[in-house]
Amino acid sequence: MQKVYARPAWCMNCHLCEVNCIIAHSRSRDLFRAYKRENLRGTARVIVEERLPLSVAVQCRHCDDPICVAGCISGAMVKDPATGIVYCQEDKCVGCWTCVAGCPYGAIRPGEKNGRPVPLKCDLCRETGEPACVAGCPNRALVWEERGAGA
Amino acid sequence: MPTLSLMPTEFTVVRNEEKCIKCLACVRQCGFEAQQYDAEDDRLYAIDANCVNCQRCVSICPAGALTIYKNPPPLRPHAFWTENHLRNIAKQAETGGVLLTGMGNDQPFPAYFDRLLLNASQVTNPSIDPLREPMELRTYLGRRPEPGAKTRTPLVPIATPIMFSAMSYGSISHEAFASLARAAKEFDTMFNTGEGGLPGDLYEYADHAVVQVASGRFGVHADYLNAGRIVEIKIGQGAKPGIGGHLPGEKITAPVAATRMIPEGTDALSPAPHHDIYSIEDLKQLIFTLKEATRYQKPVSVKVSAVHNVAAIASGIARAGADIIAIDGFRGGTGAAPTMIRDHVGIPIELAIAAVDQRLRDEGIRNQVSLVAAGGFRSSADVVKAIALGADAVYIATAALIALGCHLCQKCYTGKCSWGIATQDPYRSRRLNPEIGAERLYNLLRGWSHEIKEMLGGMGINSIESLRGNRLHLRGVGLNEVELKLLGVKHAGEAM
Amino acid sequence: MMLKEGEYRIPSGCAISGFINRDGRRVNGSAIIQSMALMQERSNGLGGGFAAYGIYPEYQDYYALHLLFEDKLSRNQVEELIKDNFYIEAEDRIPTRHVRSIGKAPLLWRYFVTPRMAKIEESQETEADFMSRLVMRINDSVAGAYVVSSGKNMGAFKGVGYPEDIGEFFRLDEYQAYSWIAHGRFPTNTPGWWGGAHPFTLLDWSVVHNGEISSYGANRRFLEMYGYKMTLQTDTEVVAYAIDLLVRRHGLPLETAARVLAAPFWQEIDRLPAVERELYTHLRVVYGNLLLNGPFSIIVGFSGGFMALNDRIKLRPLVAASCGATLYAASEEAAIREICPDVEKVWYPRGGEPVIGRLEEETQCRLSA
Repeated sequence: MQKVYARPAWCMNCHLCEVNCIIAHSRSRDLFRAYKRENLRGTARVIVEERLPLSVAVQCRHCDDPICVAGCISGAMVKDPATGIVYCQEDKCVGCWTCVAGCPYGAIRPGEKNGRPVPLKCDLCRETGEPACVAGCPNRALVWEERGAGA
Repeated sequence: MPTLSLMPTEFTVVRNEEKCIKCLACVRQCGFEAQQYDAEDDRLYAIDANCVNCQRCVSICPAGALTIYKNPPPLRPHAFWTENHLRNIAKQAETGGVLLTGMGNDQPFPAYFDRLLLNASQVTNPSIDPLREPMELRTYLGRRPEPGAKTRTPLVPIATPIMFSAMSYGSISHEAFASLARAAKEFDTMFNTGEGGLPGDLYEYADHAVVQVASGRFGVHADYLNAGRIVEIKIGQGAKPGIGGHLPGEKITAPVAATRMIPEGTDALSPAPHHDIYSIEDLKQLIFTLKEATRYQKPVSVKVSAVHNVAAIASGIARAGADIIAIDGFRGGTGAAPTMIRDHVGIPIELAIAAVDQRLRDEGIRNQVSLVAAGGFRSSADVVKAIALGADAVYIATAALIALGCHLCQKCYTGKCSWGIATQDPYRSRRLNPEIGAERLYNLLRGWSHEIKEMLGGMGINSIESLRGNRLHLRGVGLNEVELKLLGVKHAGEAM
Repeated sequence: MMLKEGEYRIPSGCAISGFINRDGRRVNGSAIIQSMALMQERSNGLGGGFAAYGIYPEYQDYYALHLLFEDKLSRNQVEELIKDNFYIEAEDRIPTRHVRSIGKAPLLWRYFVTPRMAKIEESQETEADFMSRLVMRINDSVAGAYVVSSGKNMGAFKGVGYPEDIGEFFRLDEYQAYSWIAHGRFPTNTPGWWGGAHPFTLLDWSVVHNGEISSYGANRRFLEMYGYKMTLQTDTEVVAYAIDLLVRRHGLPLETAARVLAAPFWQEIDRLPAVERELYTHLRVVYGNLLLNGPFSIIVGFSGGFMALNDRIKLRPLVAASCGATLYAASEEAAIREICPDVEKVWYPRGGEPVIGRLEEETQCRLSA
């Protein structure tokens, strides 16, 4: 499947992927509303890990056999059989955070939305096409590619 | 270092708090530690004294929340004791050092390009539409065989009369260097290695490289010379005629050291003169040494700064056996130069081209050599004017760096370049992805080349060689008689 | 005060026509005049001229100097120069007849001369170089004097007026030539000077030209490097000098010289077989500055032949035709049909493709014997 891959050689640690992710997952899809009214600062589903001078954006790998899906006690976390995207059906989540604990990449963080628990994880912007982090990366350090199984 | 600076800061960073989303991109991207974040108070602030106005934070800010202002002059206005002089004196009083700067001369000397206008066809001959008719920019560099000559020196074709000028690996990052190399190859023109050798992983671009041999001989070896397409002896550069180079040890990282063939962390010092060239006959020996080393398969170029006697010097270079003469005008850039030298030595490239071209014609040897001009080409119109004055091709460097992101903050010598260009710090240099850099440079060449075709077509010319030295297509505006005579052009309003 | 031609450049539109009898048959000038008269609307009465080859068989070993003088003084100066450097075999006033539409003519003289060997040796030049330098010296430095032509067994006749009137004025019906070329001029200014009309000549070369060459400045500065002095600032002068440099001094065949003046495009050169590709690449690299860029059609006359040539994208009209041993070239097909109604073959040469007519070999031998 087509996934987001980081090219650490060109990651310049600007964290704009996080900003674009937040906007893409906001209600308003607007920078100022997302940050100033919806208060979404810190809710990015992609996180730039830093060990300067190196940095790299980390997000869900959409595993073939996802531990988060296997461990989900409410059946909220699913892998779409058609697209391969692993995502959370937010209305079913009960906030047990088994997925957070189970993810081998640390790509899921606990969060909340409208007072309800929601795991913060990459859904590859499944509703809009090209992931916002890729589209907005100023240095092409993130790419959205088909690299075959095991990649 | 005194703790108190007598001069107010040059720039002020203004953050629009209404807009700022505190994403901290500015803090992470500022190369000069001007942008700061106080985590305890969750507060962003700026240390104005550190700001060099490189515009990196402004460009990267997703909220458009940043503006940098130039502070008003610190003292009452003075036409003679300008702000520049006051700042320089204060700085020297603090440090006792030589003033350093980067990029080219920024003083308000006349720009002759801005006093020259181009011609176009009306009625008596048709203009040509480059979208419908072939329009030729291909240019050959190298020595032209004389009629009846038995031997031929190789000629090097370039698809457009624009090449990338010398910028050494070490003074610029590997990423910037690779961007230039890729773009040159894709557009089928040349880049110039500068005096720091060619990094091993970029030899695949060597067939589009002018490989330079400078007074420090950094990175010069037989494979290097034979890999390049043209060999260039660098005598001087426009930004600092008569001055050598000094790349400080902190920029001599392991890969730079390997390419330059010097120990890591040592200063790379280029002597002011070549110590084997104290006269023109010595130059001839070096030219032929390099020709021997490359089995006469590479044209040899000699690059000099445009100085007062440049016409005679160029003639000597031609007679010493050079195939290409490159002349670098006083607006040419550099990674580091003493400010006084950069701003006060050399002559404008427009006058130098005119003088050299005319001198070589007077001596009947213009057709033997190619003439490449460098130093301050800001647009395709400048290129067209240079060729009409008599150049075969031009070198661009500052324009290329601007295409890569440079905002002319003139702080190249600090090694802190926020744009990843003039730095060896991997944290900074990796923000210049050569894929993107090469595309931007390619676009620049493409845009300029197309504009040149438009201008040629307007003049009723469909080949660049019909423009070369064709000063009848130029007219001066607001130039005095001496200037017109030196440039070999008539004043606007005069007929053909 | 208006500047004289030569002190500034005058773009012109034009009519050109020419023919050669390859069998050496000589005919008088009425046909070429008739051909030009048909294209009258292509000129505006401010310049017309002719060049004729084979007209002076009795003096074929002598340079025929056609001169025009504004006044007696310039004539005296030139005659002194001529006597200094040449033996004069014969001299006379060029015969003319009164034509109402032709205004005041300058003094028109011709001299049949041969250079003094001692003078050539002194100059350390070839005879041709010596001759051409002397012609340039007269044009350049003797105010009021102008050499109209200087070849052997040929002559140029030109002046201000419509070409048919100029032909009448110079009594061209009384000359017999195997090759005629002619020109009618439409200058955008009023030059009012007889020397500015076409053809332009140098030694045996004569050139008539229609067009404006946008590369003039580049061509001119290249030729200046080889010692040519541009006294007229016309494109025609540049064409003549370029051909002289390429063919006489650098030894290129005329066909190759045509490929310099109207060079093939790089995209065409790139498609050629290796040997030709290298030849054309070098031609363009070495002589790039001689590429005549911009619209032109020219007819170049020379001893024993002529060449018609278009610019490489054919921005000016040029038609060629043949009938028996005669080869024609003109701006318009009608100008050819006017004098050869039974023309056998008519074609429109492609841009940059030279049409060359030469005397047949035996004719050439017979004529020069």
